[in-house]
Amino acid sequence: MWQGFVDFVHQSLPWFDGGLAVVIIILIKGVTLILPLIIMMAYMTYAERKVIGYMQLRIGPNRVGPIGLLQPFADVFKMMFKEIIFPTKANVYLFVLAPILAFVPAIAIWAVIPLGQDFYITNLDISLLYVLAIGSVGVYGIILAGWASNSKYPLLGALRSASLLVSYEIVIGFVVVTVVMAASSVNLNEIVSSQSGGIWNWYWIPLFPMMIVFWISALAETNRAPFDVVEGESEIAGGTHVEYSGMCFALFFMAEYINMIMMAALAVLMFFGGWHSPFEGVPYLQEFFAFVPDIMWLLGKMSFFLFLYLWIRATFPRYRYDQIMRLCWKVFLPLTIVWIMVVALMTQLHLGPWF
Amino acid sequence: MSEMRNYTLNFGPQHPAAHGVLRLILELDGEVIERADPHIGLLHRGTEKLAESKPYNQSIGYMDRLDYVSMMCNEHAYVMAIEKMLGLEVPERAKYIRVMFDEITRILNHLLWLGTHALDVGAMSVFLYAFREREKLIDCYEAVSGSRMHATYYRPGGVYRDLPDKMPQYLESKLRSKEELKEMNKNRQGSLLEFISDFAENFPESIDQYSGLLTENRIWKQRLVNIGVVSADRAKQLGFTGPMLRGSGVEWDLRKTQPYSVYDQLEFDIPVGVTGDCYDRYLVRMEEMRQSCHLIKQCVRWLKSNAGPVMSDDHKVSPPNRGDMKDDMESLIHHFKLFTEGYCLPEGEVYSAVEAPKGEFGVYLVSDGANKPYRVKLRAPGFPHLASIDEMAKGHMLSDVVTIIGTQDIVFGEIDR
Repeated sequence: MWQGFVDFVHQSLPWFDGGLAVVIIILIKGVTLILPLIIMMAYMTYAERKVIGYMQLRIGPNRVGPIGLLQPFADVFKMMFKEIIFPTKANVYLFVLAPILAFVPAIAIWAVIPLGQDFYITNLDISLLYVLAIGSVGVYGIILAGWASNSKYPLLGALRSASLLVSYEIVIGFVVVTVVMAASSVNLNEIVSSQSGGIWNWYWIPLFPMMIVFWISALAETNRAPFDVVEGESEIAGGTHVEYSGMCFALFFMAEYINMIMMAALAVLMFFGGWHSPFEGVPYLQEFFAFVPDIMWLLGKMSFFLFLYLWIRATFPRYRYDQIMRLCWKVFLPLTIVWIMVVALMTQLHLGPWF
Repeated sequence: MSEMRNYTLNFGPQHPAAHGVLRLILELDGEVIERADPHIGLLHRGTEKLAESKPYNQSIGYMDRLDYVSMMCNEHAYVMAIEKMLGLEVPERAKYIRVMFDEITRILNHLLWLGTHALDVGAMSVFLYAFREREKLIDCYEAVSGSRMHATYYRPGGVYRDLPDKMPQYLESKLRSKEELKEMNKNRQGSLLEFISDFAENFPESIDQYSGLLTENRIWKQRLVNIGVVSADRAKQLGFTGPMLRGSGVEWDLRKTQPYSVYDQLEFDIPVGVTGDCYDRYLVRMEEMRQSCHLIKQCVRWLKSNAGPVMSDDHKVSPPNRGDMKDDMESLIHHFKLFTEGYCLPEGEVYSAVEAPKGEFGVYLVSDGANKPYRVKLRAPGFPHLASIDEMAKGHMLSDVVTIIGTQDIVFGEIDR
């Protein structure tokens, strides 16, 4: 798809060549991905308020636009025009740097996430490693925010987030290892291709426990309920966000939601066959659904996981900080390590029903 | 090596979990609580002093505003004190109405406690589910007294007026369709008593819904079990009452141990806990709601079959018939004197206590024979509970302080008075 676009540009404008063309094409690619992403993020907040509203016998936003559909834009404009308040004793440079540091990696990850057969910005050979590496940069934003605010609640939030994110990154790393072993590739495109051929080829069956562990860790990694101790509204009153307002806060907020979407995408790509139709190999249904573009399958599966985020948030109480740690180090870590052994043996010796 | 210091955190008064205006100075070692020091007084309104300059009846409204989620129970303690002093006999029907509304108030209070406790621990939805049921009970308040919260419904000698024959209904609005309106008014077709009995029939289902979300929830249990343990002896020493005491396994409930009103004629059980942790207190309160429901059903049955006066015929405390006032000069004078000057109590002192939803709510009244009290002292159950927060929270983590504040069911109206 992209290659076709690039060829088209070169053919129709033969004089337009060289370094400038490359830069402009990359820019166009970036914008075509980031704009829908931001809009998706904005409507994620709307969906969250609506879905949780209906779960809680409320109706959610319904004032701005028909059934409240313009609410995200109203929120954006409010955030943009709000004053950014700097606490007296805050370190202003770090204070401003922190939200940027949280937001930029959240966007940068999307450079390697494939949304369809040939629909990606770059096809990095080690794209999964890139995701892990860039993903862990985001934690600096939160730690820095807690430190630069020079205030007590944010510092507690930063301490919690530092230990939380670092621990769960290890678990996610190990889960990714099992996927990589199963697919024998670190490239997301190839991981998805190796899951082609119907719903029973997707990795959620052979790696079922890992899928569960991954999803719970994804909740913790994105600081969502029931692991939202970093914000811990009723405990530390918003944690690292306490001193932030206006666009600075909005950047944190956007980073959180974009990370949520990213985690949902990752779960689908690694365990649920990415953009493959669930009807592949089913005699009649396959032809019947052939007209659906592959990105729709991906988005459909992602929306299920995003809905899970909201469902879980509306249902569960919040873990205590030390209980989250116990869950990570004493339950998930041993489990993933054992499962790595199992998968390694199965793939190497061609044991078992799947490999 | 640098000097090590504890981290001092100012928890509240503007904190989402401070339940109003609690200011808690926490000394933390990491996240572990070394010391929790509650600072109170931010909601002090001088109720006790105000009562000294008002005729007795005019202070009933202040009692609503003490513990503003268990309004009628506070009124009950106050009017009982005056009745004791006057040796006033209350009509049987008024007693049953009072008990019924005491139990409605208990459910109101426990629902608010459940919602906020769950919200503090992080479960959002329970709060709104609890408020769905609470709304119906508040409508009952409105039906009898015209006010949704601060009822001023109990009067020395009975209650202000008999239960209405017609439950108010929702009106048409462009926000709801005809079918929705019909559905909302389905259980409001008959009298207030029928509405309450319908509520009492269906409420246990709602309790099942709440406990379905919480009781066996692993996270909920991890957050509550073995948090804020108070032994039975220690609970007595600290002056605990109500569910806080019963959660520790002490069978003490004023409704059983020193029955007032008609509690001795009704059948109900007192749930008690075993370990005295937050989870036991949660279970105790959940069971109390079921028992209250049971009590309400008995009261409704009695009230349906027994008509009668709801106000004592002692005209020293009861106002004249409204109709008489229109053409009878003496009745008009009587009304005027009662509502301006009030009545005098004999010299002496009295203590009366009720089992309010939070514990023993007591009124100690000293009279010098005038038409207003010489001194009123209110015993708020929340006060000794809050005073023990240091002991309960020590050694636990910051998140547990929030759980403990939730389990103590603190309302600042009564603590600061």
